[in-house]
Amino acid sequence: MSSENNNKIDDTLKNKIPELFAQFKNEYFTPQRTADDIVTLWITDKMLIAILSFMKSITEPFDMLYDLYAVDERLRLDKQKLPVSHFTLVYQLLSIKRNQFIRFKVALTETQLQAPSITHLFKNANWYEREAWDLFGITFSDHPLLTRILLPPTFKGHPLRKEFPCRATEKDPFSLDEQKLQKEQNALKFIPEQWGMKTSNNDNDYMFLNLGPNHPSVHGVFRIALQLDGERVIDAVPDIGFHHRGAEKIAERQTWHGFIPYTDRIDYLGGVMNNFPYILAIEMLAGIQISERIKCIRVMLSECFRILSHMLFFGTFAQDIGQLSPIFYIFTDREKLFAIIEAITGARMHPSWFRIGGLAQDLPNGWDKMILEFTEYFSKRLDEYEVMVMQNSIIKKRSIGIGKYTTQQAINWGVTGPGLRATGCDYDLRKQSPYSGYENYEFDVPLDDQGDAYSRCKLRVEEMRQSIRIIKQCTNNMPQGPYKVEHPSTTPPINKLSKNDIETQIQHFLNASWGAVMPNGESSFAVEATKGINSYSIISDGTSSSYRTRIRTPSFAHLQMIPEISKGLMLADLIVIIASIDFVMADVDR
Amino acid sequence: MTNWLTPLIILIVLLLLGAWSTWLERRVLSLWQDRLGPNRVGPFGLFQVIADMIKIFTKEDWVPPFADKTLFIISPMIVMIMTLLGFAIIPFAPGIQIAQFDHALLFLLAISSLSVYSIMLAGFSSNSKYALLGAMRTAAQMISYEVFMGLALMGVVILADDFSLSAIVEAQSNVWFICYQPLGFVLFLIAGTAEIHRAPFDLPEAETEIVAGFHTEYSSMKFGMFFIGEYLGVILISSLITTLYFGGWQGPILPPLLWFILKTAFFILFFILLRAAIPRPRYDQLMIFSWYILLPLSLLNLLITGAVKLQFLG
Repeated sequence: MSSENNNKIDDTLKNKIPELFAQFKNEYFTPQRTADDIVTLWITDKMLIAILSFMKSITEPFDMLYDLYAVDERLRLDKQKLPVSHFTLVYQLLSIKRNQFIRFKVALTETQLQAPSITHLFKNANWYEREAWDLFGITFSDHPLLTRILLPPTFKGHPLRKEFPCRATEKDPFSLDEQKLQKEQNALKFIPEQWGMKTSNNDNDYMFLNLGPNHPSVHGVFRIALQLDGERVIDAVPDIGFHHRGAEKIAERQTWHGFIPYTDRIDYLGGVMNNFPYILAIEMLAGIQISERIKCIRVMLSECFRILSHMLFFGTFAQDIGQLSPIFYIFTDREKLFAIIEAITGARMHPSWFRIGGLAQDLPNGWDKMILEFTEYFSKRLDEYEVMVMQNSIIKKRSIGIGKYTTQQAINWGVTGPGLRATGCDYDLRKQSPYSGYENYEFDVPLDDQGDAYSRCKLRVEEMRQSIRIIKQCTNNMPQGPYKVEHPSTTPPINKLSKNDIETQIQHFLNASWGAVMPNGESSFAVEATKGINSYSIISDGTSSSYRTRIRTPSFAHLQMIPEISKGLMLADLIVIIASIDFVMADVDR
Repeated sequence: MTNWLTPLIILIVLLLLGAWSTWLERRVLSLWQDRLGPNRVGPFGLFQVIADMIKIFTKEDWVPPFADKTLFIISPMIVMIMTLLGFAIIPFAPGIQIAQFDHALLFLLAISSLSVYSIMLAGFSSNSKYALLGAMRTAAQMISYEVFMGLALMGVVILADDFSLSAIVEAQSNVWFICYQPLGFVLFLIAGTAEIHRAPFDLPEAETEIVAGFHTEYSSMKFGMFFIGEYLGVILISSLITTLYFGGWQGPILPPLLWFILKTAFFILFFILLRAAIPRPRYDQLMIFSWYILLPLSLLNLLITGAVKLQFLG
């Protein structure tokens, strides 16, 4: 793939978004070619608001802020081909109607690390901008509350900057003296005003309830500060970051290949589904064409993990409403499927099984029998669960009409996946922009128009059925072919060739010791993951590890919506809402 | 038997039953949920209870510094005492009854109302927000369900013409009251479940919402007392259902005490099944259910029972 920077605004580019180039003069934009063919335009920070609000106002608008992240460009080896920038802000917008992404880049210099906030245009920009401030130290003027989001308020430094060490051994040993302890303790004190909450109204004082970070139904380490009037929720402010492990920083440290196991643990229920966008982004960058067999196996395993993730969602959803038994049945079924995953990949929850240019192993003997047995068994079980949970009148009473939002609200908050489709918006990347051969399978995208907790759950049950359909098709039509393709960047390289000649031996040695070198360039890939759209945006400057890896996770966007849909409801409803969102805290905090 | 021996035996048996019903619930629940449950200690895991007791007694008995110490300690005692007192009037079999007096049923209603204090005081004295929410829910729930629990029972009283439980059992020698009072039975069953706050009416301790509700701050045997208290409550309500609607100890062939135990055990299992099967309604839905549906129904039941009694049997 060419990393040449095509500076011309030609007709091909113009035709992709004619409105934009009709409205603004060409000199406002510096185009950049990326491996993923998403229109990428450098703009100045002064034009940012004007251009973004224009994009939001055109017919078939780009009205979802899909992602917002920063890049520290200072140490980049191939930066001479790009506009001068120390830090770059990347705004990626999505138009669901056009099924098109667009990327705007804003160059910032070290002396002027500031950009205008776009929170008034895109509600979900709030957390993304806070994240950029937290990790890069970029300030946003007019941001309502620019505080740390992933790291504790007492943290010093901005870890995704290149000068920040990645390993603890590069820093002084950690110590906690009395003074530091006091400082940390004081930082924990809850002051409602800091969270934008009043302590009382005219009639009575509010109660502030600290729900989490350890609470039976927050699904991990998630904290919500609640402002309650009796049991009625006046305001709910989510607090995240307890599960932050600096995955994006680790990606800059590990080799391309060595980061794969880390991706498994981003959405820890998604397993290989997390490898998927990362591997596809790299393969796109390196121009690796993979065989049909690899595609089919990847789809099959990803759909297995979609079922696994939805199963857990389904069980905990019922449990959070107080139904004790389904979760145990579900876990029995999950074990059965995990046994199959284990037989194929050797691991259960985190197989890290996809490789650059292929898979770790070929399928074992008898895999198809196991899978077909399970699909038969599980279809029947799903019907039982449907009766047990979805048709239960108390479940219906508890979840119908609760946590309701419209398609527009979902788009405003960057909600994707089942949460978006439950509002009636037919947007599933597997259908809209098929990848890895999804266009070859027959399956339906379940839709519902209610947009409440019940429909989100119903939709996921239906998605499990569709996943079973896909898995059956994969099993019955598994193509023959290699499980790993022959390409210089395939990692680890196919070993048998290296025994024969010295050139491949050297290639194999370098590839296995230093890691494969990916050509420089930028690429990103979005897949329909278990919880919504998950994408990895990678920047390579031609070394054996990534210069910047951005992980856009669906859970991060979804959690930000909680205050808007839970205000005025009861505490018990909030639990149902949390259960219906289906998030994983590791996916939120990365 | 001497006067003090019967109560003593009953007391000990009840305490043991209360403890072992934790084992029963865990075993039966796991059976229904495709699990094994405690099956390691002793035959069928029966000694699990002893292991649990050793554990619970050796745990640190901790009173949070922010709690009101006196009330915090007293509240678990109240629930145990009140539930155990309730058993005083139950006729387990002819001659096996601790206290017999004419207005036993009224005594029972009074006693069961008093156990509300235990939970409320536990919630308030813990000085913790989750406990407070639990206590608030309890107060609302108990008061609402107390009302028609009494009303539902009145149907039985009208039929038996007596408040004494042994008289009520005698009155069912031909036909069990469940035949005359099916609605009253259902109402009492619901109210009873709410009274002992078992699932699906376990809102005071809804673990997915308010952690552990009123007993969030309790540990060691103080928690154990709430726990055993809850199971004693299940046994009490089950034996009341048996006594009031299913002819008490009466039955053919088998000895009366065995009949009583069998019938009661059936309802204990029923309560466990409820927990395995039904999700939890929301707090306000529960209130609406109580005041808008159950209360009018119990009044209707009382009215019809009274009218029929006056017309045909009067």
